[in-house]
Amino acid sequence: MYKIVEKRELNENVTLMSFQAPYIARKAEAGQFIIFRVDDRGERIPLTIADYDRDRGTVTVIFQKVGASTKRLGMLEEGDSISDLAGPLGVATHYEDGLKKVAVIGGGVGCAIAYPQAKKLHGMGVSVDLIAGFRNKDIVILEDEMRAISDRLFMMTDDGSYGDKGFVTVKLKELIEGGERYDAVIAIGPVIMMKMVCEVTRPYGIHTLVSLNPIMVDGTGMCGGCRVTVDGKIKFACVDGPDFDGHLVDFDELMRRNNIYKDKEKEADSHVCRLFGGKA
Amino acid sequence: MPNMSNKKVPMPHQDAKVRAHNYDEVALGYTPEMAVEEAKRCLNCKHKPCVSGCPVHVPIPGFIEQVASGNFEKAYEILTSANALPAVCGRVCPQETQCESKCVRGIKGESVGIGRLERFVADWYMQNCETHVRKPQSNGHKVAVVGGGPAGLTCAGDLAKLGYQVTIFEAFHTAGGVLMYGIPEFRLPKRIVSKEIDNLKALGVDIETNMVIGKILSVDELFDMGYEAVFIGSGAGLPRFMGIEGEGLVGVYSANEYLTRVNLMKAYLDEYDTPIKDSRRVAVVGGGNVAMDAARSALRLGAEKVYIVYRRSMEEIPARAEEVQHAQEEGVEFQLLRNPVRILGDENGNVTGIECVEMELGEPDASGRRSPVEKTGSNFALDVDTVIMAIGTSPNPLIRSTTKGLETNRRGCLVVDESMMTSREGVYAGGDAVTGAATVILAMGAGKTAAESIDAFLKNK
Repeated sequence: MYKIVEKRELNENVTLMSFQAPYIARKAEAGQFIIFRVDDRGERIPLTIADYDRDRGTVTVIFQKVGASTKRLGMLEEGDSISDLAGPLGVATHYEDGLKKVAVIGGGVGCAIAYPQAKKLHGMGVSVDLIAGFRNKDIVILEDEMRAISDRLFMMTDDGSYGDKGFVTVKLKELIEGGERYDAVIAIGPVIMMKMVCEVTRPYGIHTLVSLNPIMVDGTGMCGGCRVTVDGKIKFACVDGPDFDGHLVDFDELMRRNNIYKDKEKEADSHVCRLFGGKA
Repeated sequence: MPNMSNKKVPMPHQDAKVRAHNYDEVALGYTPEMAVEEAKRCLNCKHKPCVSGCPVHVPIPGFIEQVASGNFEKAYEILTSANALPAVCGRVCPQETQCESKCVRGIKGESVGIGRLERFVADWYMQNCETHVRKPQSNGHKVAVVGGGPAGLTCAGDLAKLGYQVTIFEAFHTAGGVLMYGIPEFRLPKRIVSKEIDNLKALGVDIETNMVIGKILSVDELFDMGYEAVFIGSGAGLPRFMGIEGEGLVGVYSANEYLTRVNLMKAYLDEYDTPIKDSRRVAVVGGGNVAMDAARSALRLGAEKVYIVYRRSMEEIPARAEEVQHAQEEGVEFQLLRNPVRILGDENGNVTGIECVEMELGEPDASGRRSPVEKTGSNFALDVDTVIMAIGTSPNPLIRSTTKGLETNRRGCLVVDESMMTSREGVYAGGDAVTGAATVILAMGAGKTAAESIDAFLKNK
């Protein structure tokens, strides 16, 4: 059993949770993920590690309550436990030597993963421009944290209710066209956002790293559910990734494959609602 | 007086039409009367050819002799002296190519039903006897076993019986490996696997789940923690795909994923959250046991039509004869001498069909099997909404990529000597991690040999 030692609601749908998991905390690095299972009947769900504390032996994740399992996890409180937590899985993000200036881009809950990347780079002395995009003001998360570890933070909302109006790609394009020279771009967020960021950086040949979130089952290199096409070849996000060179990823295929159970989730949603008296 | 019937006592089965829609076990097992009758067919040959066909050398005529005289408990003792998982092996071993292929009775008629008798003895014991597992006195030496599948369970059990303190590090949330995630409930009920695992725990084996060795701990760290030897039984690994067009379409599964969703994650039960596609028409590519398991699972999940697409003929099909027969009885259609060339999809990226080409058998290849050759222009399409690839696996990279000095071959399998020791002293390996995708019993045989070698290694240290 893995005890929840911290829980914080970052917005209506996004929750931060830290678990007591000393062995995982000892090894975790930015870019890796864990697999959790709430109870004996739950799914195995991957979540990228948002933070870790080796001394306290804790691992932190930030998740959006979108499916049956994340909703169920979100209903637990500090002091409760979940039955399974496996990790740290995947390959830690590899930073090229000699990086001077990097643009880190987070979309929505993806900011939870972009943040530790930016923090790590910032700590390495790299100049970090952070572009964070949200649908609207109400769902902004981690603003203070992101500001603290970036040279410049650009907040963007789709409806202009906070920061600048527009997608993150608008700002990125503006910065690049304005003469900013980035050694690399790291983009983490919805698949469509990562795809569009890659389209912005491609003509400039800026190396663009993306963190992919395909459907997984075991997460340890056994089932092959998380396969993605990268440079025309099959890669497995759980053991080869989850980071890949965005210019080589077939995002359209990933988007289609990620939607396979969408109807089922909708159906399951109605079940969850009844079960928890509409709370979930 | 031996029973001189040329045929085995028939195994009672669930009716094919009924069982194709449920997850209950297909073969129902012998009654005591049937078992005694079948056991009497054994001639108790002096030279025991059957034993030489068994990877773990079960004293076959010895236990069958006890069955014939109704001493089932004694039979169980003899059986388990060599095989830690008899209820499993009786159900999933390919007896027709192992023990039963050497049986003298098989020369003229059917061999003795060794597998059926093994299963009977194990089941009878489970139902009628209290398990008296006694925890042996500890010898103070610690051994780590990586992976709780057939190889690891066998190795752990044998070492625990010798007094070693054994810890199994299991990556998933439950031990059992392929017995849990791969082989379906209707062929191997999970309560039987759980029971075998409980027996190991009673022997004092500690099972740590959610421990992905290579990630959370390295093999070197296991030694630092005081383990004096390590056995790696990390199993199969990443599924292979054909590299044909359309494998990224929605509705293409690897058999590993499909079966894991069904078996380990219980997608067939409403009370579990795991989703799986509601397939109507399914093509399973491959001819092994895994392909049969996937095809028969798809039927049970409600598919109207399920094809096996296999590039050679029925003579070369690698699955156990019984699995092929069961699949046929349940209505799986075999498309033999057919090979997929691409998977077809609609504008939304969903599978709509699979284009195949007819094959004919040419000259024997290196494996001795006649290699299939395409018949030009014989392409045709099967109308399916789901394709399941069951064409094998390549070994999991997590351990070899994080352990220095572990030699692997060109396919990525760990290299071991005849004692199952890898290129690193004190590190042993066996099962699919060494052989590539193979059978449960071969993995168990490797686990057994490794346990003997580890014992010898630590005694001489």
